Order: sequence, then structure tokens, then C-alpha cells
Amino acid sequence: MSSAPDLYAARRRSNAISMGLCYAAAIFGLGALVFILFALLREGLGGLSPSVFLESTPPPGAAGGLLNAIVGSLVMTVIGVAVGTPLGILAGTYLAEYGRGSKLAFVVRFINDILLSAPSIVIGLFVYEIMVAEMGHFSGYAGAVALALIVIPVVVRTTEDMLLLVPNTLREAASALGMPRAMVISNIAYKAARAGLITGVLLAVARISGETAPLLFTSLNNQFLSTNLNAPLASLPVVIFQFALSPYKSWQELAWTGALIITLAVLALSIGARVLGSQRTAK
Amino acid sequence: MRSDSTDPISEAPGRKSLTDFAMEGSVAKEFTQRRAKALSFFRLRDHTFHAMTLGAAIIVLVILGGVILSLIIGSLPAIKAFGIGFLFTETWNPVTDRYGALAAIYGTLITSAIAMLIAVPVGLGIAIFLSELCPQPLRRPIGIAIELLAGIPSIIYGIWGLFIFAPFLQEHVQPVIIAAFGDIPILSTLFAGPPYGIGMLTAGFILAIMVLPFIASISRDVFATVPPVLKEAAFGIGCTKGEVVSKVVIPYARAGVLGGVMLALGRALGETMAVTFVIGNAHRISGSLFAPGTTISATIANEFTEAVGDLYTSALIELGLILFVITFFVLAAARYLLMRIERRAGA
Repeated sequence: MSSAPDLYAARRRSNAISMGLCYAAAIFGLGALVFILFALLREGLGGLSPSVFLESTPPPGAAGGLLNAIVGSLVMTVIGVAVGTPLGILAGTYLAEYGRGSKLAFVVRFINDILLSAPSIVIGLFVYEIMVAEMGHFSGYAGAVALALIVIPVVVRTTEDMLLLVPNTLREAASALGMPRAMVISNIAYKAARAGLITGVLLAVARISGETAPLLFTSLNNQFLSTNLNAPLASLPVVIFQFALSPYKSWQELAWTGALIITLAVLALSIGARVLGSQRTAK
Repeated sequence: MRSDSTDPISEAPGRKSLTDFAMEGSVAKEFTQRRAKALSFFRLRDHTFHAMTLGAAIIVLVILGGVILSLIIGSLPAIKAFGIGFLFTETWNPVTDRYGALAAIYGTLITSAIAMLIAVPVGLGIAIFLSELCPQPLRRPIGIAIELLAGIPSIIYGIWGLFIFAPFLQEHVQPVIIAAFGDIPILSTLFAGPPYGIGMLTAGFILAIMVLPFIASISRDVFATVPPVLKEAAFGIGCTKGEVVSKVVIPYARAGVLGGVMLALGRALGETMAVTFVIGNAHRISGSLFAPGTTISATIANEFTEAVGDLYTSALIELGLILFVITFFVLAAARYLLMRIERRAGA
């Protein structure tokens, strides 16, 4: 039998070990982030020059840039957000304002949460089936629709969360003044939750600007600068995918540069979203 | 409808207010008409807005229904051709037009299992660190840094895994493991073969890093719902921090942590780009974790645009359907568990 001091020492030892492991886990997580960012900077920074933003993707071996990919990504992201955001905000409004506690809202919320984490490649297959197969060719429209379908659940979720943070007393005060419900929502609730709504949109942009899987077989790729949405359209993630897996050194370097650009953009967006979001909660 | 009973405007026309009585029969007849007109305009706007939000909410349901329906329709030719045997056949041969999903399903499950084996303990460790050990001013920055891992696009993990992580494993880690376990019966098959760098283990490891933030941040949030009294009581009878966490905090937060783990699992199962880069894309089942394999999503990403022939395309869509069904149930379980926690926290 172990005596009391031994037992105590053993407990302290196991405590120290388990807490030490927790420190190690945190260091592991932070280390992974640092390693990835460091690798991106080391490999991608060298290729970052004005020509990256001024020239289109080159044939193997030649010099070139990522202009067509950046333009394509911007066009599809803007359309995706422009289509997905209003729908997402309206649906989120229903969940938070009209449907609170109703059965339909419960089902929609559940389905939305599943769509939020559903594999994006399946969204790509869906859009392929309904658009690419019907139209007979890959197109920028299909890519934009696929991105919009990914935007919707993100915006629905944040809109609902942010509207629920608006105190009910504000709504009641507005109603007491005789404001119709629609006006209470658009003039009071939306205004009070504005920072949060913008946060949601920023998060959605961050999410889709790196999406590759749903674009692979919707917008495909295009070697040339184009804004024709009815034809295949290049995008940064798809170009990175193609170039990184190619055997050509110059293409691989461009892929790293593209990866650096996307990551910096996405991190800036998500940090911006967080700053906006924390301003709200701090008040 | 709830809005009708609480909204004063929509009831107003039927009931007469004092103003209405005062105005009745007076010169202000025209005024009442204008008022009624304004009110009906408001009501119309109200109904339109309500209908619009309702319509948008229903669109969310339609999207899910559409996804399922289109996948089923798209995979009908393959279902007719191969039946249930599709799930249990390893062959994947575009030349002879014979397809089976077993290798892809196996790869998906194994890589996700590896990811979970690594990410669950590490993620819990981070959550414990953030909620119990970390100095207060550092909690937010470190928490955000971990969450940023979830924000990095998956293609970045892919390119990093292919060019940095896989060569590192190939040169420094895999030879050591192969040499160390070469003589031990089971482990020697598990870690057999030449060190390619890419393969199932590499994919699983990268998936682990990707899903880590989901487990860590959800667990941290659930830990925060543990009533302080419970922890204080445990500390009061002399428990160490480790004992408080393992005997009070984790048991209390069990369902929520499980929800976070399921959510992470759903992500790992469906993750495409990162895996496509490092899995090796070989349609075979191998006992060794160092061997290249494939997953459902990687197969679709690699082969869909090049698929010729209806049966080939259809088989790939059926793979997508299988993936969607698996992740649907995993994610539904996750949501169910997390919803229970929210309800308890709200009550």
C-alpha cells in the first residue's frame, strides 16, 4: 500500500503530465499554423511581382502571371455573393424573426446546418447535373451558382445568430410606435445587427474564395483572360490545383504565388470579420 | 400566424380608434381614406416581406432536396448496372467499364479514422489549454489563431502537404518507422512498403490539422457552459486541475464534445482538395498506411472532368451520393448532439 504522501506525489505527477500534454497540444496547433504560413511565404514571396497581376497564365516554361485566374475568381465570387447574400439574409430573417419556434424554422435550421458542412464537391456535382449537363458546356455561370450555393448557408447562419442578439425591447419599442413588422425588421433589427451581417458576408467571401472542388467541373478553367460567363472561366484555386500537380517548375512556382495570394486574402477577410464581430459584442 | 396577433397595424382597420370616431362625419373623411390607403400599403409590404423571407427559407430546403434528387437521378445508370454490389467491389476499371466503390469508401473511412485519432486528443488538449491553463490576455489571440487554421483554404493544405510535408515524412519519418517496426508482426504490415511520402497516413495527418480547430473551438465553448460551482466544489475537496478536467468538466460536456467531434468527422469525410494532393490516387486496398490509396472525394475530383461514357460519369455521381449520405448522417448526429447542449445552456 502506498502511503499518503506517495499518493499525493503521484497525483501531482499525473496532473503535471496531463497539463503538460495540453500545453504541447496548443503548441502543436500554433506550430502547424506557423509552419504553413512560413512555407507559403518562403515559396510564394519570390514569385510575387507586378507581372503576376498583369499577365495571364503562361504555357509551360514561359513567364507569365495569374491575371486571368484572379479576374475569373473575382467575377465568380462577386456574382456568387451577390446572389447568395440576399437569399441568405432573407432566409436567416425568417428563422430569427417570423419563424422563431415554428416547426418549419426548426427543419430549415437543421438542413441549413447540414448544408453548411456538407462536402463542397457534392455541390459541384449538383450544379454539374442541373447546369453543365443541361447547357452542354462548362461555364462561369455554373461556377458562380456553385459558389452562391455555398454562400447561402453561411449567411443564413450568421444572419440568424446576429438578429437573435438584437434585444427584443428594441423591436417592442418600434412596434409600440406603430411600425409595421417589415419596417421593424428592416429599419430596427437590420440596423442594430449591421456589423454582424457584414461579418457574415465577409466570412462567406473568405469561404468561397478558396473553394476549389465545386469549380473543378462547373467553371473548369480557361487559359486566356476572359469575362465571358457563358464559357469556361479560370479561377485561382483551380489554376493552383492544375499547376501544382504539373511537372513544370515554373508552373509550380506560380501555384505557390497564387496560394500565397489566396491565403493572405482569406486571412485578411477572416481577421476583418472577427474585428467587426468583436466590436459588436464589446459594446 | 404570430405576427397577426401581436401586430397592432394589421388589426387596426377592423377596430375603430378614438381618432376614427372623432373624424367620422367630419371634413376629414378624405383623410380617413388616405389613412386606410396608407395602412393597406403597409399591410401589403408586410405580407410581401414575410412571403419573401418564407420563400428564401424554403429555397434552403429545396436546395437540399435538389442535391439529393439530382445525385440519385445521376447515379441511376450505375445503380442499375451494378446494384448493391457497387458498395463491395474493389475493381475500378474505366477500360472495361466495371466500377466498384469499395477502395474509395475504404480510403475515406481510414483517412478520416487516422485524422480523428490525432485530432480528438490534440483538439481536446487545446480546448483544455484555452479554458483552464492559458493566461487570460492570451486566450483570445491564441483561440483566434487556432480558428484561423479552419479558415485556410483546403487547397493550401494540399499544396503544403505535397511539397513540404510529404517529402519531410518520406525522408525523415517513414524510414525510421519502417525500420523500427519491421520485425513486429502487425505493425510491420501496417507500416510496410517503400516510403512514398504521399499515402493514407499523410492524408490522415493533414486532415487532422484541418479539423483540429472544429474540435478545439467547439469543445472550448462547451467547457465554458460547465457551471463554475461544479469546478469549485471539485477544487474545494482538493482535486488537481487534471482531475477537475477529466472527472468534472469532460463528463459534464460529453455530449457537446461528441457533437464537435462528429462535426469534424463530417468535414474530414468530405474533404476533397487537400486529400487529392497527397493520397496518391490508387484504386486499391492496401494493409499499409504508407501505401497510396484514394477517397471518394479525391476520385471524383480527379476523374470527373475526364470521365467519358455515361456509366463512368454515373458511377462517379453514385460515389458522390454515397459520400453525401454518409456525411449527412454524421452531420445530423453532430447537430442533434449540439442542439441538446444549446437547449440545456438556454434553459
